[in-house]
Amino acid sequence: MMGWRNALSRTRRAMAEGLRALFRAGRPDERTMETLEETLIRADVPPRVASALLEEARQVREGESFSDRLSAAMKRALGAPSPDLLSAPQGAIRVILLAGVNGAGKTTTAAKLARRLLKAGGKPLLAAADTFRAAGSQQLQIWAERVPCECVGGPMGADPAAVAFDAVRASVSRGAHAVIVDTAGRMHTRDALMAELQKVGRSVGKALPGAPHEVWLVLDATIGANALSQARHFHATLPLTGLIVAKLDGSAKAGFVLGIRRELNIPVRYAGLGEGMDDLVPFDPDAFVQAILGASEGEV
Amino acid sequence: MFDALTTAFQKLFRSLRGRGVLTEENIREALREVRTTLLEADVPFDLVKTFTDRVRARVLGQEVGSSLSPGQQFIQCVYEEMAALLGSTAEELAMGGSPGTLLLCGLHGSGKTTTAGKLARWLAERRGRRVLLAAGDLRRPAAADQLGVLAAQVGAALVRPEPGESLAEFGVRALSHARVGGNDFVIFDTGGRFQMDHDLLAELGELRRAVKPANIVLVVDAAMGQESVHVAEGFHRAVGLTGLILTKLDGDARGGAALSIRSVTGRPILFTGTGEKLDQLEPFYPDRMASRILGMGDVLSFVEKAQEVVDEATARTLERKIRRNTFTLEDFLVQYRQMQKMGPLEKVLEMIPGASRLTSDRKATDEMKRFVKKAEAIILSMTPRERRNPEILNGSRRARIARGSGTQVQDVNEVLRQFKQAKLLAQRMGQMQKKLRMRF
Ligand SMILES: Nc1nc2c(ncn2[C@@H]2O[C@H](COP(=O)(O)OP(=O)(O)OP(=O)(O)O)[C@@H](O)[C@H]2O)c(=O)[nH]1
Ligand SMILES: Nc1nc2c(ncn2[C@@H]2O[C@H](COP(=O)(O)OP(=O)(O)OP(=O)(O)O)[C@@H](O)[C@H]2O)c(=O)[nH]1
Ligand SMILES: [Mg+2]
Ligand SMILES: [Mg+2]
Repeated sequence: MMGWRNALSRTRRAMAEGLRALFRAGRPDERTMETLEETLIRADVPPRVASALLEEARQVREGESFSDRLSAAMKRALGAPSPDLLSAPQGAIRVILLAGVNGAGKTTTAAKLARRLLKAGGKPLLAAADTFRAAGSQQLQIWAERVPCECVGGPMGADPAAVAFDAVRASVSRGAHAVIVDTAGRMHTRDALMAELQKVGRSVGKALPGAPHEVWLVLDATIGANALSQARHFHATLPLTGLIVAKLDGSAKAGFVLGIRRELNIPVRYAGLGEGMDDLVPFDPDAFVQAILGASEGEV
Repeated sequence: MFDALTTAFQKLFRSLRGRGVLTEENIREALREVRTTLLEADVPFDLVKTFTDRVRARVLGQEVGSSLSPGQQFIQCVYEEMAALLGSTAEELAMGGSPGTLLLCGLHGSGKTTTAGKLARWLAERRGRRVLLAAGDLRRPAAADQLGVLAAQVGAALVRPEPGESLAEFGVRALSHARVGGNDFVIFDTGGRFQMDHDLLAELGELRRAVKPANIVLVVDAAMGQESVHVAEGFHRAVGLTGLILTKLDGDARGGAALSIRSVTGRPILFTGTGEKLDQLEPFYPDRMASRILGMGDVLSFVEKAQEVVDEATARTLERKIRRNTFTLEDFLVQYRQMQKMGPLEKVLEMIPGASRLTSDRKATDEMKRFVKKAEAIILSMTPRERRNPEILNGSRRARIARGSGTQVQDVNEVLRQFKQAKLLAQRMGQMQKKLRMRF
C-alpha cells in the first residue's frame, strides 16, 4: 500500500519552493499573506476559513516563524488525532453506519474498515444496506469475500432498514466485534432519502440498544465547498461522530475539513488513499497540514 | 452570498449617483465581492483572477447607461461574461461511424456508469439507435454487473471484459461484437482514474487508439473543487476530449467546476445529470448555470417558467394582492391551478430556494395533487365572505364546509394551514421577483 506521506508527496507542487522562501522571512508582509491565502484556497480551504486562520496566525507574535504559527493554527482547528476505534477489538459489539452522497466512496470504505478490524484480530461483519443502486449490494459482497468476512444483504429494492436490522441481529448472534453498515448514496438535499437514513439509524437501535455507536460521513476529497453543505445536512439527520475522507491519494487536498471542523466540530477519523482494501489510514493532522502547505518534513 | 453581492451593488449604485462612469475605484468593492462569490462556488483560483480581470476591462470607463443603473449594468456584465464562457445549449453528439462510438472517462465515482445508461436510453429514444454498452471498468468490483442492470433497464445490449484482456483488446472486441450483433452505437464505460495516474491514463490512450471513438467525454461531478482545472487539463491532454457532462446537478453544489472544465478544454458541455434515474439527463443551460454559480439558484429559470404560464394580468393582480396583504383563499386556488400548469410540481418547487422541503419525492407530489383537488372542493364550499376572511371560520363553519365538500374537518384545517404557508411563499416569491427586476 502507498503510505500517507508517499501519496501526498505526489501532489506537491513547485509552489512549495516559493513558500519555503517566504517562510524564512519571518514577519509576513502583504504579499506573503496573499500567497498563503492562495495556497489555502487552492487546497479547498473555504475562503473565509482561510482568512480566519491567517488572522489567527498573525495574532500570535511569539518567537516562531509565521509558517509555524499558521500550521499550528491549522492543527488546532483540526483537533487532536482521533483514536483508531478498529485497532483493538473490544468485547462490546459496535455498530458503525456509513453515510454520504452518491459515489463518495462508502462501499469501498466499508470494505477497508472491515479489513482494518480483521487485521487487528477482530471479527467484522458487513451489512449491504444499499438496496437501491444497480449492483450496489453485489459490490460489497465481492469485497466481503476478499476481506474476508461475512456479509448480510438483501435483494434490490428491499427495505434498507430491515437489511440493517437483520445484519445487526446476525452480528450479535455470530459474535462479531463490529458491523459496518454500507448505505445507498443520497443527495443531502433530498428530504425523503434523508428520512430513510434516519429510519436505518432507528432500526439498528431497535436491533441493538445503543446502536448506531458511530455514524461516519464519507466525503470525496476531490469535491470543494459543497462538503460543508453535505456535512450540515447529514449531521442534522443523524448526529455524525466522524468523517472519512476518501480519494485523498489524488491531487485534491480536502481543505474543506478545516471548515467542517470549525463549524460542526466533527473529527476526521480516517483517510482513503487508494482503491484497494488496505488503502485506509488513520487521519494524520500533521501530514494533512503539511500536504496543504507543501512543506517537506521538518522544515515547517 | 446573494445578499453580499446585492449590498455591494447597492453601494456601487449609491457611490455612482451623480458621477456616471464606472472607474477602477468605484468598482473595486463590487469586484472583490464577485471574487469571493466565485471562490465560494468552487471556481478555480486562476480562473477567478482571469474572470475578474475581464469584467474589469469590460466595464471600466463605460458610461452608465440611461436605462440601467450602474449596479445592474455591472451584474449584467458579470452574468453575460459567465454565460458566454459556459458556451451554448444545443450541442450534439457526433453520430457518424458504423457503429457510432462514445467513450466515457473521469474521476472515481463521478457518474460514468450511470451516465452510460442514461446516454443509451437517450440514443435509443431520441436517435433510434440500437446501443451496445461496453463494460470497460476492469477494476471496480461488480462494475460490469452494475452496467448490466442498467442495460437491461434501457433495453441495450451488454458486453463484458474477459479475464486477462487488456482494455484496448476489449474495446476492439466490443466493436466487432456490435457489428455482429447489429448494434449501431457503442458506449464504452471505463473505470475511475485520477488525472495524475500516468499508467491508467496511458491505458485510456491505448483504448482510444484502438477504437478511435467519435465522442470522448469527460464526466465531472458538479461538486468538484479547486482541482477541476488540473483534472480537465490532464484528461484532455491524455485523450483529447470532444465534450463534457456535468453530473449530480440535483444537489446544491454551485458548480464552479463547469466554468473551468469548459474554459480549459474549450469543449462543450453536452448534457447534465440531475438524478440517479436513467431519464434524468438534461440539456445544459449556460444562463442557468451562470446564475447558479453566482448564487441565485434557479430563481431565473423559475421566473421565466412562471412568466410562460402565468398570464401577465393575473400575475400583476396576484403581486399587488401579495403586497397589500389581501391574498385570499380564492387567490390561493388560482395560484395552485396555475402552478399545476407549470408542469410537475416537484420540479417547479425545486427551483424555489427554501421551498424544496415542501415536496421532495413523488409520493409527496401525488399527495399534493390529491390535496389540490380536495382544496378546490373545500374552497368552493365556502361563502365568498369566508374565502376573503378565513379568520371567521370557526368550528361550526368548518364542520359545515367539510360536509358540503365531502371531506373531514381535518382536511379543512389542513387547507387553511397550507393557505397560510402559501401566503408566506407567495410573499417570498414576490420579494424575489422584485429583487431580480431591480438587478437585471
Ligand atoms: N483512488 C481512490 N479511489 C477510491 C477511494 N475510495 C473509493 N474509491 C473509488 O471511488 C469509486 C466510488 O466508490 P464507492 O465505494 O463505490 O462509492 P459509494 O459511495 O459506495 O458510491 P454509491 O454507493 O454509488 O453512492 C470507486 O471507483 C472506488 O474504487 C480512495 O480512497 N482512493
Ligand atoms: N443524485 C445523482 N446521483 C448520480 C448522478 N449521476 C450518477 N449518480 C450516482 O452517483 C453514484 C456513482 O455513479 P457511478 O455511475 O457508479 O459512477 P462512476 O463514475 O461509474 O464510478 P466509478 O466507476 O467507481 O469510477 C451512483 O450512486 C449513481 O447513482 C446524478 O446526476 N445525480
Ligand atoms: Mg456504494
Ligand atoms: Mg463506473
